[in-house]
Amino acid sequence: MSRVLKTLRVAALWSPIAAAIAAPATYSPVTDARLQKPEPGNWLMYRGNYNGWGYSPLDKINAGNVGKLQLAWSFSTGQVDGHQSPPIVNNGYMFVTTPGAQVIAIDAKTGQQIWRYKKELPAELIQVHPTNRGVALYGDKVYVATVDASLVALDAKTGKMIWTKQVGDWKAIQYMTLAPLAVKGKIIVGSSGGETGVRGFIAAFDAETGNEAWRTFTIPAPTDPGGDTWPGETYKNGGGSIWITGTYDPETNLTYWGTGNPAPWQSDLRKGDNLYTSSTVALDVDTGKIKSHHQYHWNDAWDWDEVSAPVLIDTEIKGKKTKAAVHAGRNGYLWLLERTPDKLNFIDAWNYVLNDVITGVDKKTGRVSYDESKRPTTAKGAKFCPSLWGGKDWPPEAYNPQTGLFYIPANNNLCAEMPKADPATPYKKGELYIGYPLDGVLGSLRFKDQAGPQTIGELQAWDLKTGKQVWTHKFPTVIWAPLLTTGGKLVFTGGANDRMFRAFDATSGKVLWETPTPSGVTGVPTSFEVDGEQFIAVQSGWGVDAERMQAGMDALGRKTFVPQGGTVMVYKLGK
Amino acid sequence: MTEGPNTLSGCSCGGSDATDAQLRRREVIRIAAAAGAAVALGPLGATAASARPAAGDLLVPDETESNPVAIKAADVQPGKPMLAYPFDPSSKQIRNDSKLNKIVLVRVAEADLDADSKARAAGGVLGFSVVCTHQACDAKTWNAADKALVCFCHASKFLVLEGGRVLSGPAPRALPMLPLKLQGDQLVVAAPFTTPPGGATS
Repeated sequence: MSRVLKTLRVAALWSPIAAAIAAPATYSPVTDARLQKPEPGNWLMYRGNYNGWGYSPLDKINAGNVGKLQLAWSFSTGQVDGHQSPPIVNNGYMFVTTPGAQVIAIDAKTGQQIWRYKKELPAELIQVHPTNRGVALYGDKVYVATVDASLVALDAKTGKMIWTKQVGDWKAIQYMTLAPLAVKGKIIVGSSGGETGVRGFIAAFDAETGNEAWRTFTIPAPTDPGGDTWPGETYKNGGGSIWITGTYDPETNLTYWGTGNPAPWQSDLRKGDNLYTSSTVALDVDTGKIKSHHQYHWNDAWDWDEVSAPVLIDTEIKGKKTKAAVHAGRNGYLWLLERTPDKLNFIDAWNYVLNDVITGVDKKTGRVSYDESKRPTTAKGAKFCPSLWGGKDWPPEAYNPQTGLFYIPANNNLCAEMPKADPATPYKKGELYIGYPLDGVLGSLRFKDQAGPQTIGELQAWDLKTGKQVWTHKFPTVIWAPLLTTGGKLVFTGGANDRMFRAFDATSGKVLWETPTPSGVTGVPTSFEVDGEQFIAVQSGWGVDAERMQAGMDALGRKTFVPQGGTVMVYKLGK
Repeated sequence: MTEGPNTLSGCSCGGSDATDAQLRRREVIRIAAAAGAAVALGPLGATAASARPAAGDLLVPDETESNPVAIKAADVQPGKPMLAYPFDPSSKQIRNDSKLNKIVLVRVAEADLDADSKARAAGGVLGFSVVCTHQACDAKTWNAADKALVCFCHASKFLVLEGGRVLSGPAPRALPMLPLKLQGDQLVVAAPFTTPPGGATS
């Protein structure tokens, strides 16, 4: 017994030293130059680059050898619920976040923990979406946006808290789940709370001091441009929440963000276009001023957030070299826009999944028209496709410059049936502000026909030059599948309720490798290199909307069980 | 207690003229100041308004700001959960400075109750913490088919006839119960929460 105790004591004495050995010797500060041109071996931000591609140029793991991938190491986070954050890597330091906005720094090569930050959350905190989508790196700091609406700066080497800023009011159920965006000395975030009547905003903070540089509401006041698209005082709780990281074009100094749907959901109580909800807005990074926008659908009634930022791709479209902004909408349409310093010009759009609400898209402006019988209101319920979760929810698309293909993790053949909405109810701080009975929302999922489709989830590959769908891999289940594509011409993703993580041939769509994980994979995968060896990393950890949508599928008779619990999974080639 | 309006703020607030309204405002301000002091003192400095419900507390509707009126057992309608906060009769404070004190009251058929639940019921009414044990959202939506309270965020279901046991959903434990008794026709807290209220946020 005493020997055991002695051993334990020695272990305890040694642990700080062991931790010091585990940490790579130096930390490489993250500069603007590095963020604009990330080294192939690192993954420095949410989507790997400012364009939002989800692309790693690394090619040692490729279509020829991916079948030899095996586990390099794994790390249990000790947390449950949705583990969605990408493992972000800077020269051997890996940073992952968990639900509850914990940040874990890990030696990317060995899987040893370097430090862990746990924010003390208020006992009365309501977590509508218990998840976090990752950190931002800038200088020698790590930034995390928290579920109690704080922005926290940590020392990258030690995890010590440097500063914290309250960004929103958590008692009003404003909360943050997105990875911050680091640009030119600013850390940019926005707030969730579309279902609790937030007036959406994007805000920038000084990376060094945490001082607020600017805050721009996504819902204009009556005297602002676009303010006349909201009746009366409705703009005050108009939604347009921000919960996915923006993209950035250094050439124009514009940052592009996707916005959530309007609040509450009863669209007949806020007649008008409801700018800038369900839109992309382009902001000047220095001032926060909105320079241009495109609204994907006006006066939303279907909970179709368009929060994924457009992917910035310079490519040929319809025979013309174009600086494009590409977005696979929750409304089920694939949108091609042209980005200029002061405009977002509509190029083209078409549906990539079944949509029976939109009847047309104006060829010049991109404005959609509707079959109004598909709009649920305070006077009538309605059935419509796609479902409330859309053709694609938040899981990010990817673009591979090697194949020239744009990849979409879609859900097809699904619809929703909403009951008649509640009559007008005043906004109440700290309460849901959606205007439908909860049972109506959670029980809304429907198949497009009685029998139920053979397949729902689809990994789609599109050639933007021709507008053609090149290949599609179909899943029997719903997918929540964030994508990674690589220079090895591969696409990696999980997303299905079978707990598998897969590699696809990026050119043909063939499944080349798959492996089971402890839970379901709704995490954003990344790739990085340490000492010349390429790794693929992803978090397994089912929860949040994937779990809720699965409950809807269970009710339709397609039951399954996905266990809970977060694990960082890291793979490399076997010998 | 007597029949009638059941106003709890004391005789100074019984009327409805401007002076009394001013008095009530002052009362609210004084409560707010006390709450502020509690924040400065930290968690150890709990005031009557933030302390957990205690035996002898009355219950008032959750939106009460002034002129509190005690809830009677007959006020709770079948199939319509009612939200409430405890009211400390000695300090005359509503314990609404902490959301963890928010209560949901449900009327059930007494014949359906198990022995434990029957001992905690009063006049066919059961009291629960409304704070979901998963992520602290309100479990206040009534599901008639399962006789369950449903959380509005993640749809955990709690069986009211079985001590708030989790039927389905991510919640890790039962909803805490607040044992009740009758004092005349009014609902009164009989004992503290059976388990600590709150979500699994740590």
